[in-house]
Amino acid sequence: MTFAPGRAPVAGRGAPGAPAGPPPLLELRRVRAAYGAIQVLFGVDLTVPAGTVVALLGPNGAGKTTTLRVAAGLLSPTAGEVRVAGRAVQGVHPEDLARAGLCLIPEGRGVFPNLTVREHLRMMTYTGRSLADIEAVTYERFPRLADRRRQLAGTLSGGEQQMLAMARGLATDPALLLLDELSMGLAPIIVEELYGIVAAIARDGMAILVVEQFARTVLGVADHAAIMVHGRIAHAGPPAGLADELSAADLGGTSP
Amino acid sequence: MDKLLTFTVVGVATAAIYAVIASGLVLTYTTTGVFNFAHGAAGMLGAFCYWQLRFDWGWPTPVALLVVLGILGPAFGVLLERVIMRGLAEASETVRLVVSISLLIGLIGLAQIIWAPGISRPMRTFFQAAAPVRLGPASITVHQIITIAVAVAVALGLRAVLYGLRLGVAMRATVDDRSLARLVGVRPERVAMAAWALGTCLAALGGILIAPGISLDAATLSLLIVNAYAAAIFGRLRSLPMTFVGALVLGLTDAYLTGYLPQNQYLPGLRLASPVILLFLVLLALPNPRLRGRLRITPEVPRPTAAGAVTFAALVVLSGVIAATTMTEPDLLTYARVFPVGIIALSLVPLTGYAGQISLCQLSFAGIGAVTVAHLGSDGNPAALLWAAAITAAVGALIALPALRLSGIYLALATAAFAVALDRWIFTLPRFSVFGLFDVALFGQGTLSVAPLEVAGVGFGGARARMVLMAGAFALAALVVVAVRRSRFGRQLLAMKDSEAACATLGMNLLGTKVAVFALSAAMAGVGGALLGMERGSIAPGTFELVAGLPIFALAVVGGVGTIGGALFAGLSLHGLLPLLAALLPGVTGYLVLLPGLAGIGLGRNPAGAVTDIRDGFAPLVRSPRVLGPTVALVVGWWVLRLAGVLTNWPFALLVLATPVGAVVAAQLAERPRAHDEALAWEWRGLLRRWSESDLEELDRALGPLGAGVGGGPA
Ligand SMILES: Nc1ncnc2c1ncn2[C@@H]1O[C@H](COP(=O)(O)OP(=O)(O)O)[C@@H](O)[C@H]1O
Ligand SMILES: [Mg+2]
Repeated sequence: MTFAPGRAPVAGRGAPGAPAGPPPLLELRRVRAAYGAIQVLFGVDLTVPAGTVVALLGPNGAGKTTTLRVAAGLLSPTAGEVRVAGRAVQGVHPEDLARAGLCLIPEGRGVFPNLTVREHLRMMTYTGRSLADIEAVTYERFPRLADRRRQLAGTLSGGEQQMLAMARGLATDPALLLLDELSMGLAPIIVEELYGIVAAIARDGMAILVVEQFARTVLGVADHAAIMVHGRIAHAGPPAGLADELSAADLGGTSP
Repeated sequence: MDKLLTFTVVGVATAAIYAVIASGLVLTYTTTGVFNFAHGAAGMLGAFCYWQLRFDWGWPTPVALLVVLGILGPAFGVLLERVIMRGLAEASETVRLVVSISLLIGLIGLAQIIWAPGISRPMRTFFQAAAPVRLGPASITVHQIITIAVAVAVALGLRAVLYGLRLGVAMRATVDDRSLARLVGVRPERVAMAAWALGTCLAALGGILIAPGISLDAATLSLLIVNAYAAAIFGRLRSLPMTFVGALVLGLTDAYLTGYLPQNQYLPGLRLASPVILLFLVLLALPNPRLRGRLRITPEVPRPTAAGAVTFAALVVLSGVIAATTMTEPDLLTYARVFPVGIIALSLVPLTGYAGQISLCQLSFAGIGAVTVAHLGSDGNPAALLWAAAITAAVGALIALPALRLSGIYLALATAAFAVALDRWIFTLPRFSVFGLFDVALFGQGTLSVAPLEVAGVGFGGARARMVLMAGAFALAALVVVAVRRSRFGRQLLAMKDSEAACATLGMNLLGTKVAVFALSAAMAGVGGALLGMERGSIAPGTFELVAGLPIFALAVVGGVGTIGGALFAGLSLHGLLPLLAALLPGVTGYLVLLPGLAGIGLGRNPAGAVTDIRDGFAPLVRSPRVLGPTVALVVGWWVLRLAGVLTNWPFALLVLATPVGAVVAAQLAERPRAHDEALAWEWRGLLRRWSESDLEELDRALGPLGAGVGGGPA
């Protein structure tokens, strides 16, 4: 299974729900999810149209990570429907979704501590791209990783680890990229650098869903934003109009 | 100098074999998280298959090797993964352990069915006829050269696979982070299957290399692997290079002990036990592997009521009395073992069920208890039972000290090592004296007879009296366990199972609590062993071997390790059901040895398996006095009829078994609600009576605003 490349022309951006055009890359409809008996998502509706960047914001424990886990196939929803590139993906394994072009960069450091940088790049070839291509893209974008290709990922700095994790989102050229709290525990300057890259690949037309707790870091890159509170989408709309909503919604954590 | 070189050569060759086997173990453990106790048994099967092809059927060596290592080994590994191990990654550590232990039991049973034990099956070494190669003053056989070369090749080959192949890198990635590996597109089943195929193959290779040097015996070969475990522990079950170092230490220790240990009657066993002693030491010396910081939600352990416990105890005694008065003497001798073995299984309830500490040496404690009463209770003095409890409690407290630092699989291995050290060395010692202070006599290198108990002039020499005694003892032990569960101590144990760190933070004394629960559990096992000894009349070291104890552990977990019923289940299965089946179906007796193994393996398929269902099914019987009373009355009625000679044995047995089952069905029917009940529970509406408009309205009202949300969705 592979998704249609689904690269909408840049002109098509920011037009969710437009009648024509390719189906949205990701569509959650009334998704409920639970860990055992503990229900976490209570009917989430979320759409990531082709070629758009959608920001999913919300306080700690709102269920953002869970939403991404459901989308990536790591967790089965208890009700509702998940569609990727127009197809229902009920019961599809996460590894098959990954091979088909869905890329989730998980929260925390999404790296294997005991694998070298180069071995990480090797693991990215499961998506079908050649190692040479992956190395070229990665080392061009992150020259720092080129110097450390034989180093174990566990011994890299936090920022370098996050770059290595991000490299997968770039080098494997996914159709849909899901980013979970890129900024977690990183210095602001590195966060800025990473989001600069997100903005750049977004300009190339990749569909991206970014999850963050704090809005300021992402609102600049997003075409569309949604606020999640207690497992529900509390508000959705263009990022510009969202600043007020953000202060209204109880974002729980301390402000940055 | 010559001697040193000679034994070094021997040691290195032995080390090479351990290394091959241990690297397979490390490979499967790291990639799948399942510590395969049956790894050695897989090697044993490999050796047997090779013997069958090469020596029994006379195939050429290369063909036989190719078939075993190239086809049978990998195929068996893939089969294991597909049928048994898949899905275990999510299971609890105890369940994983029980599954692989059960596999070990099952494979030994299987080998003994195919290759009847007791027949000599000689195996030649490779190039046996070739002259040894001179190596200065010493010499080395071609087989030894091949063995060492194989180990080197395995080391290099594994490195090439794990670092050179994408599949190998994927294996290591899976070890690091399983779900991230899936996110990059690794198929975990593919990886696990490759690991199992390769691991099993390495086990078979080791088995083929080692079998010519020792006898081709299923249990010996399977347990020899304990030595390989020790090597793997040197690498903390993770590092292959350290595993090879560990293998070298073990092989050389073994060789030098052979060469230099003074020849006397005390020490030969020490050499046999040296790998497990090393295992024990390494487990203690190595920094404790950091536990994965994962929150476990442990299943709730039932808390029986005092009245329920007393009822249960009374029923156990009643069934003992009924059995004593209706069974024939030989049957009594067979079935009375249910209770002492049940007590040994019961000793796991506080330890494993409540405190979460895994112990594989309960039967060794039982052995110590039995030896104690054999020596101190030769006149039937009941004080010997107290001695048995006291001595085993002291030994148990000693075991608790390493347990302070170990948990999970490491504790299981340490207790298994303790059991094997007793089997191979301590239990075989002749009488010795401790610092000239007092004499210690164990089995005296043979069998011991155990005198029956005699309390206040009442002897328990007869089978009938003993049956009642055993049932009474089990009932008493069950009451003790319930009392523990209901006490503050019991709550501490449960808290410790949930989180030792949290308990320490709250100021709980972990050392004291662990020592106490180990001592209590060991004492119970010791008394159980003492009673088992009395029931058997004579005991030998083999009675209390590690392998004999594994089915008790496995079945207690299958039956529910937090429950008294689970312990009774273990006793009943091993000494009730199995002999009964053997008597009913004489044709299949040989295959019955597979049953305990299969039961444990089934646990992996369905962790909250059939036994839980059965137990829940019987719950109404115990819960409701309205059902229990008539049931007991009926059973007693059948019993009176049997005693009066109205019923013969078989109808009586059938009626006694059918009555509780009928009562359970009746109880469930009685609990079923009536159709015209106003407040009929929702799940019955539409089943017991037609679904009506008013039901729908009521449902809407019950769901309230939430119900409205189902249609409309949040605004
Ligand atoms: N493995 C888990 N088991 C049980 N509950 C979980 C698990 N993971 C997350 N949760 C719960 O689900 C809720 C949502 O978590 P998460 O999706 O991680 O939130 P967010 O990413 O928005 O901070 C939280 O209340 C959390 O406690
Ligand atoms: Mg999160």
